[in-house]
Amino acid sequence: MAYSDKVIDHYTNPRNVGTLDKSKNNVGTGLVGAPECGDVMRLQIEVDANNVITDAKFKTFGCGSAIASSSLATEWLKGKSIDDAMAIDNMDIVEELALPPVKIHCSVLAEDAIKAAINDYRVKNGLEALVSEKSHH
Amino acid sequence: MNLPIYLDNNATTPMDPRVLEAMIPYFTQKFGNAASRNHPFGWAAEEGVDYAREQVAKLIGANEKEIIFTSGATEANNLAIKGVFEMYKDKGNHIITCTTEHKAVLDACKHLEKLGAEITYLQVKSDGLINLQELENAITDKTILVSIMYGNNEIGVIQPIKEISAITHKHGALFFTDATQAVGKIPVDVIADGIDLMAFSAHKMYGPKGVGALYVRRKNPRVKVTAQMDGGGHERGMRSGTLNVPGIVGFGKACELCNLEMAEEAKRLSALRDKLESSLTILEESYVNGNREYRLPHVANISFKYVEGEGLMMAMKDMAVSSGSACTSASLEPSYVLKSLGLSDDLAHSSIRFGLGRFTTEEEVNFAIEQTKKAVNHLRDLSPLWEMFKEGIDLDKVEWVEH
Repeated sequence: MAYSDKVIDHYTNPRNVGTLDKSKNNVGTGLVGAPECGDVMRLQIEVDANNVITDAKFKTFGCGSAIASSSLATEWLKGKSIDDAMAIDNMDIVEELALPPVKIHCSVLAEDAIKAAINDYRVKNGLEALVSEKSHH
Repeated sequence: MNLPIYLDNNATTPMDPRVLEAMIPYFTQKFGNAASRNHPFGWAAEEGVDYAREQVAKLIGANEKEIIFTSGATEANNLAIKGVFEMYKDKGNHIITCTTEHKAVLDACKHLEKLGAEITYLQVKSDGLINLQELENAITDKTILVSIMYGNNEIGVIQPIKEISAITHKHGALFFTDATQAVGKIPVDVIADGIDLMAFSAHKMYGPKGVGALYVRRKNPRVKVTAQMDGGGHERGMRSGTLNVPGIVGFGKACELCNLEMAEEAKRLSALRDKLESSLTILEESYVNGNREYRLPHVANISFKYVEGEGLMMAMKDMAVSSGSACTSASLEPSYVLKSLGLSDDLAHSSIRFGLGRFTTEEEVNFAIEQTKKAVNHLRDLSPLWEMFKEGIDLDKVEWVEH
């Protein structure tokens, strides 16, 4: 199975690899997946006073599609409001990266990581964690 | 050096040009059916097959009458296991095998379970070898067959075949071995090794795809298998179907070449393999899987902790290797062979198999070492697990959100 050009591009030149200071109140961290499953994503967002995401970073243990999904997610997150970020759907990622059916779980994991990062930020700032209406599991 | 380089010789090998040369006349000139006994076209084909049968038999120390040509090792494995079960069902219904066998053996056994067979799946030790005492303890008066592979396809470990066959025979059962990865790579002798039935394949030893053989012993004891396909009664009635003459001729030539060259080749490849391993295990947290003493000369299976195998292979883009990672298959389960050794799922996901071969050069191995190192470092820079490991976090204590 060949990878799409966009997966190869994100894999070869991953955007926004790195670590934000998770002790800061305006940083939300999402860590999803498990080593036994072969994918772990850590996605972090930094949020300003207007609820806009000013920075996003990731690190991913996983296949090329998982790395590309999280790289793409950080690109999309920067500049978005928390509400808009919450609306990112895994199928948008599938479409953008032309992921085959066997790799859809990579996009699901990226969506989960976004939501986990947002919720971490919310809880840190005294807000309730949001529950996603849809369930992939 | 041409890119990409091929280091997946356990999956298949390129055909040796000398094999191709031997095959060519049998496509267009000597195209006869080897079973046509009454004209020169048939005779020419039969002559080619007879000669190949001798070449194949010679490589494994057998008599040519003991070679049953098949479409490959999968068919030979099926014929051996199902054929023995059917032929010896009055004697018993118990078969012993082990958890690291190829799927062609395991799934044939599973099929027989539905037909009333009792199967014992022996566990292997952490180095991939079976425990001989456990084997002996598992044998009952209903045991008709012990099926243990010669060399493993993923980690290359070589089972103690002589000891296994001796134990098997002591208790009156037959010994079958799937020797697909071993024949042509290391000396295999059916008499010295005490083998009653043995499956092997041409395309793993620089011959063509689509042809293999089952060795079936004719003396001490005389072994029979029930045919699994009905037809013209070819191959002493054990395997019907018009013989694949060009394939068989190529198989014979491949065996002859292995016989001549394998000792030198094994020496050269094990030196290259050792170089590859010692250069790559310099990387932190990298581990060689399987016993390092009893193993095939051309396979190295290494886990690079905290990176995922498929992601890693993508970075090793100018080389063809394979991984025990789940992501390479639709099942999402990592390699059952590596898990049988007791490897955790994450280490199984992190494994790469390098399979060297006759045409692998030192230059290619050097290239592979550099590419792999670069790829592992690239992936570790991206890996949250590597960062956590470096921070001293115990990953076993993290509560993962499984999905």
